[in-house]
Amino acid sequence: MTPFQYARANDVADAIKQIATDPSAKFIAGGTNLIDLIKYDVEGPARLIDISHLPLRSIEPTAAGGVLIGAMVPNTDLAYHPLIEERYPLLARAILSGASQQLRNMASTGGNLLQRTRCFYFYDTATPCNKREPGSGCSAIDGVNRINAILGTSDSCIATHPSDMCVALAALEATVHVAGPAGARTIAFADFHRLPGNTPQRDTNLEPDEIITAIELPTKGFSANYSYLKIRDRLSYAFALVSVAAALELDGDTIKEARLALGGVAHKPWRSSAAEAALLGQRADATAFAQAADWLLHGAKGYGHNNFKIGLARRAIVRTLGQAARRTPQSISDKKIR
Amino acid sequence: MASYIGSATSRVDGRAKVTGEAKYAGEFNVAGLVHGYVVESTIPKGRIARIDTSEALGIAGVIDVLTHQNRPPMADKDDAYKDEVAPEKGSPYRPLYDDRILFNGQPVALVLAEDWETARVAASLVRVDYQKEPHITDLHAQREKAFASDTPAKPRGDAEKSFAAAAVRHVAEYFIPTEHHNPMELFASTAMWDDGKLVVYDKTQGVQNVQKYLCGVFDLKPDEVRVMSPYMGGGFGAGLGPQYQVVLAVLAARALKRPVRVMLTRAQMYGLGHRPASIERLALGANGDGTLAAMTHEAIAVTSQFEEFARNDTGWGNLLYKSANAKFGHKLVKLDVPTSCDMRAPGAATGVYGLECAMDELAIALKIDPVQLRLQCYSDRDQGEDLPYTSKQLRECYRAGRDGVRLGQAQGGAALNARRQRTGRLGHGDGRVGSAADAGHGPHRADGQWPRGSRDRGFRHRHRNLHDHGAGCGRHARPADRQYQRQARRFDTASMPAGGRIVDRVLGVQRHREYGPRGSW
Repeated sequence: MTPFQYARANDVADAIKQIATDPSAKFIAGGTNLIDLIKYDVEGPARLIDISHLPLRSIEPTAAGGVLIGAMVPNTDLAYHPLIEERYPLLARAILSGASQQLRNMASTGGNLLQRTRCFYFYDTATPCNKREPGSGCSAIDGVNRINAILGTSDSCIATHPSDMCVALAALEATVHVAGPAGARTIAFADFHRLPGNTPQRDTNLEPDEIITAIELPTKGFSANYSYLKIRDRLSYAFALVSVAAALELDGDTIKEARLALGGVAHKPWRSSAAEAALLGQRADATAFAQAADWLLHGAKGYGHNNFKIGLARRAIVRTLGQAARRTPQSISDKKIR
Repeated sequence: MASYIGSATSRVDGRAKVTGEAKYAGEFNVAGLVHGYVVESTIPKGRIARIDTSEALGIAGVIDVLTHQNRPPMADKDDAYKDEVAPEKGSPYRPLYDDRILFNGQPVALVLAEDWETARVAASLVRVDYQKEPHITDLHAQREKAFASDTPAKPRGDAEKSFAAAAVRHVAEYFIPTEHHNPMELFASTAMWDDGKLVVYDKTQGVQNVQKYLCGVFDLKPDEVRVMSPYMGGGFGAGLGPQYQVVLAVLAARALKRPVRVMLTRAQMYGLGHRPASIERLALGANGDGTLAAMTHEAIAVTSQFEEFARNDTGWGNLLYKSANAKFGHKLVKLDVPTSCDMRAPGAATGVYGLECAMDELAIALKIDPVQLRLQCYSDRDQGEDLPYTSKQLRECYRAGRDGVRLGQAQGGAALNARRQRTGRLGHGDGRVGSAADAGHGPHRADGQWPRGSRDRGFRHRHRNLHDHGAGCGRHARPADRQYQRQARRFDTASMPAGGRIVDRVLGVQRHREYGPRGSW
């Protein structure tokens, strides 16, 4: 752990100004991931700019019919907000299946998007890791890779993105609002996180001098037919081996619209337009769900210890779509999978 | 909730624990306390080629960095390091003794600073170069090299022949990965000086064991070191023997002539002893009527390269299931890991797991209820010793479990009913299949004595130094200890609520006891 300076940002403009003058600085909000990374010597910013006091804590309906979530809204407040519980229960369930109550109390909405992989080798500074130290090699590919990715991997990195919340945001097609020296811009959720390619050190397309200010949800919340199923080694306080966010719009038995995203399997929440298109106009049954699973898992590749994830994901997709179709979303409190 | 055994009793130390008043080994403070932070090896096998501590020593507040090159003298004979629970065979690990790396996470340096945070920063600046050697840490890759270590339970009849002739045969292997204790309280030791003598607050279940060990390692007389363990936040077996941080704390206290605390981080605790990974192989042969004809149980467990830690994984079937023919085998595989150690029901937890899984699977092969199979194979004797039990209530437990299931059904367990009708049996999913654990342990015996003059108002005080390991047997009686109280004042410590009283029901007689510190004197 390296000593660091601490400064507080008063507003968004101040935060942008401060980060521009010191490229070795990092923003800190809830700190639920960054503090760990500093303690483990994975990250060593010379300066922390505290953005937790920025006035970005509101959850408001938008004129377009969606909801705008301030980047500093704690995960807990977001999960239990009436607008989210009623209109976007998929998001609420995904958030509540992650971390612990204490962590969710601290963690911010913006920070959740920026949390880093929990790949064992990323955390173990005694081992090579292209994400931590570009060019040093990937220890996971031939190592203990039970928790690692099966989709969208590269020869440089097979890390996964650990968030549950982001899987739901991907399925809901949220938009990320960011601000930087050049002004404000929006990034579609699908374009926010990156695949590792040969630059696994870059998790997202957020520029180093930019800050997330808000997440915008579109009108459609799929509050009738949805489910978030998370499969993990422990029933709580564990990252997903595989998670599935499923959202359907049904006309009787017929699928009018489908959203499907996977967590725990790739460097970003994993979606496939082919998988969702394959469901359109189909009867909501196991045959259609299995076809969608095939599309979504097209090209999946195991690295030894994580081979099981392919079969697990296939069954989890079918199960979750079934839960969504039956309007029996996976319960957070009763963890039995039905 | 219905009470089945006795009546609820509050723990005598419950209030102290929940209010934070209870002090643990890493919480005793004294003026001038030095804080140690461990630097661990990052390779599993090899030698330390070079340690560069210059950058760490350059940090303000850093007092010293101890390594194998500059440490004070330590014993150089194995006997000194063999504590009471160390394996008989082998050469125990010696912290900071030499340049050899025996396992990943082994301490290679101890950074000593005026505060813990400074020590931690400095520890990240200690540079260690290694001469790596090829290592092996995979049990499966080494299983062909397994060797017989301890003597398993005696065989009976001809298990192989009977198995071959059995109507229904089931062979299975079960792998149990390494399990780490990692109890809630971090392993920590605080070593202080009292008139030239050492007082060591240690996280341990065995203060006398640690005291004896320290005397051996540092060539001390018993009256030169006192080991105290007023409270312990979980041991699960890891607390039975001395862990390396107590050596480091005393080593540093002697090097600096100052009080020193060494507290491990949670991650560092994975470098300590653990329940060894094991492979349990079962071969069960059944007669057509669902009784056992043959039982073979062979286990392969992990130990370190330098000690042979072995526990009886097999042979539990002798207590549970009648079989005229039985054979047991127990082997070890040496890997480049720390020596394994006891953990909750050592041997039994892993061995019985394999046995019970195999019995369930045999029941499926026989197409009978798994509880029924257990009743049919029920043993009234310890077949290993060929002795009857004085009492065994497992049959009644099965009955109570079955009645519980019926009650559940009567209360509307429609799903369960449907499942039973569908499958004709109970399954694990119902959570009601009985299993058996060893109930053969006698009462835990404490190393104790009845001191002269300890009768007080008709009640007896008894010295005892066995520690509460979490199950609530912490009824350590000791008369008010003036020396302890003097010491406690000096160190600004108050580990025990003064004049606490215990109602002891052990002998069915109410005896009020004052309880004092639990120390090695």
